[in-house]
Amino acid sequence: MNRIEVENLNVHFDDAQILKDVNIKIPKNTVTSLIGPSGCGKSTFIRTINRMNDLISGFKKEGHIYLDGQEIYDPSVDVVELRKKVGMVFQKPNPFPKSVFDNVAYGLKVHGITDKNIVEERVRESLKSAALWEEVKEKLEKSALGLSGGQQQRLCIARTIAIEPEVILMDEPCSALDPISTTKIEDLIHKLKKEYTIVIVTHNMQQATRVSKFTSFFLHGEIVESARTERLFLEPKDKRTEDYITGRFG
Amino acid sequence: MNNSLQEYLIEKGLFITAISSILVIILIIIFIFLEGLPAMESYGFLNFIFGSLWAPTQGEFGVLTMIVGSLGITLLSLVMAIPLSLFCAIFMAEIAPSNMRKILKPVIETLAGIPSVVYGFFGLITLVPFMREQFGGTGFSMLTASIILTVMILPTIISVSEDAIRSIPSEYKEASLALGATQWQTIQNVIFPAALPGIITAIILGMGRAIGETLAVIMVAGNVTQYPTSLVDPVRALTANIAIEMGYATGLHYNALFGTAIVLFFMIVFLLIIANYLQYKKKVVIGGGYL
Amino acid sequence: MSFRLLSPKVYQKIMKIVFWISGIITIMILLVIIGYILFKGFEVLSLEFIFSAPIDSGRAGGIFPMIISSLYVTLISGLVAAPLGVGAAVYLAEYSEDGWIVKLIRFGAETLASIPSIVFGLFGLSFFVIFLGLGWSVLSGGLVLALMALPTIFKVAEVSIDAVPESYREGSLALGATKWETVYRVVLPAATPGITTGVILGMARAISEAAAILFAVGAALTIPVSIFDPGRPLPLHLYILATEGISLEYAFGTAAVMVIIVLIITVVTNNMVDRYQKKLMGR
Repeated sequence: MNRIEVENLNVHFDDAQILKDVNIKIPKNTVTSLIGPSGCGKSTFIRTINRMNDLISGFKKEGHIYLDGQEIYDPSVDVVELRKKVGMVFQKPNPFPKSVFDNVAYGLKVHGITDKNIVEERVRESLKSAALWEEVKEKLEKSALGLSGGQQQRLCIARTIAIEPEVILMDEPCSALDPISTTKIEDLIHKLKKEYTIVIVTHNMQQATRVSKFTSFFLHGEIVESARTERLFLEPKDKRTEDYITGRFG
Repeated sequence: MNNSLQEYLIEKGLFITAISSILVIILIIIFIFLEGLPAMESYGFLNFIFGSLWAPTQGEFGVLTMIVGSLGITLLSLVMAIPLSLFCAIFMAEIAPSNMRKILKPVIETLAGIPSVVYGFFGLITLVPFMREQFGGTGFSMLTASIILTVMILPTIISVSEDAIRSIPSEYKEASLALGATQWQTIQNVIFPAALPGIITAIILGMGRAIGETLAVIMVAGNVTQYPTSLVDPVRALTANIAIEMGYATGLHYNALFGTAIVLFFMIVFLLIIANYLQYKKKVVIGGGYL
Repeated sequence: MSFRLLSPKVYQKIMKIVFWISGIITIMILLVIIGYILFKGFEVLSLEFIFSAPIDSGRAGGIFPMIISSLYVTLISGLVAAPLGVGAAVYLAEYSEDGWIVKLIRFGAETLASIPSIVFGLFGLSFFVIFLGLGWSVLSGGLVLALMALPTIFKVAEVSIDAVPESYREGSLALGATKWETVYRVVLPAATPGITTGVILGMARAISEAAAILFAVGAALTIPVSIFDPGRPLPLHLYILATEGISLEYAFGTAAVMVIIVLIITVVTNNMVDRYQKKLMGR
């Protein structure tokens, strides 16, 4: 069953076309990687799925994006509810300048969950799910900005899963991290896919092969090829995919 | 002249211009204190600051009523200016569409540029009669002065706090919105707390401007040296005391007006130190990662 | 889910209205003040008002001597403060390394900017008028105003010098230019629009100030010929007209002239900043 279906998506910023006729189906409880050279539109694409691009002036979109069969740009859709269902982890870890605890509790607070016991429970569970609990349980009241980059990124993941989304979008979540932290995040992605549908943008093709079941290759705003990950990397059908994965450009 | 000598002389010359502000401040301190301290000394420092009676003809030089007047006007104007200016600053930084911003920016610059005597004159012509009708009395009062000051400190607080809000990294905002927070929740819980040190600096700067304002206050405050018992009582500010009496003061009275300036000077330095401390603390917060 | 009085969405809508209202109030305040003063001022505003001398302490006639006095004190303040402010900005941006002296210089400028104008007034009286013996003159007034304009010019100039790309300096130094040649021929020309804006803003502060020159320029109704003559700049004239109850009509006229000057300054500086930014972005 597909959680997200995208049909003929075109995105413009003012006069520049960023995405051209994108079609993709993202199945439930799997990891889908989006690869491609810088500027190919993959970040724009995932920011369209939780409507973060609404914040940018000049954003125009044609085509459809369905989440569980519901068109997410339909006027009846509440963008706040959508973002609750579709969480996002950013390229640079961006914890709030608040304590570790408050960072994770933030989403609960804005969604009206104020019962102290429930909040504490959910914060603990989220930190455990994000494989961060053991490292921060002694310093929940300390500022999140004191954590290492890798810990901050896992905190951002914990913050996202605390509000129990259905989909997690990750925009190059490891690009600012060292190899050890990267491994930890990848392990975490493996664990999370049981419960969440994950879409990850990555520069790193090894990472795509390690974490994802499906991979789509973006080039100049178009999807060149989508396939099972091993198939895409071992037997690319399109010449451009082959050139990219064998390192001839990009 | 050889090159390195020329370069050396230029650097020294520039250094002298760089320390000119400090030299000026030292000169100001020397001259104000030379003239002012004799009065404070002969009347007694404590009597001068905590004395309630200002009667130069009888040799009484207590400035406490004016300290109260200055603080009263200033605090009252802050109470009115802070909500309006913070909402306006957030509006400009986060909510206003770009054409609205293009209107507001020059509006605030113009508000900042209007001479204080024009504000005072406007208050004298429109606000004083209005207050007289509404609350009785003369219309010259602490409240009248603080309303005029509110308008005068608006641009200071708005522009400095807008800068502070704008300097909050957009990552915080995106993170909050991506968690499904509304724009107001994001402002309230993330942007405002992060910008708070800058906002407090803005408020302190506004406060400095209010305490230091002279002619606009003179024109609407009534200038009576007494403790106000209500908001619509007339008061005299420290600045007003100097401007009103300097024209005819001689002897110890003349010195006592410089003494008034010393008190004013210390109030401003005190505010500056708080502002600098906050800036310093803000750096520690972001660099060290502790809240 | 806990009970909430209003849903976040309703809150969002309410707050958005509150924000819009606060923005509109700010605009209204300006419009009301400016509109009222211009409206009342236009009753007496005429070429004759601007170009003739006051009669009977300002109950009739015009404000020509006041305009000349204002020009005098403002120009003197600019001529004195601009080299000092720009020099200090160059020193801080190009020659100094971060240290206590830089902190002290910045604190000095900041303190100077926060000293109440009436304290400058007392200083002007005791230092320029009495100690240096310059007497009540447009020179004394201009010098006091220079001290007030200094921090503004310094701050704006420093920002615009800092904004000059490092590559400009490297390019010049790599060609064998000395540091000063680089500053003088490359950095300062690139920063000129910003520096000019700073000087205008500093002089704008000077032209609208009255309290600081209350005890320095005198209050003469005649046109100052030399810089040692006393004068009565516009803000001071307005203050005297209004507080001594001489003529409200003429006070409005004077206020209107000052408001027009402020409006012109705002438009000019905004245009300069716009053009400068466009140039920096290569358009």
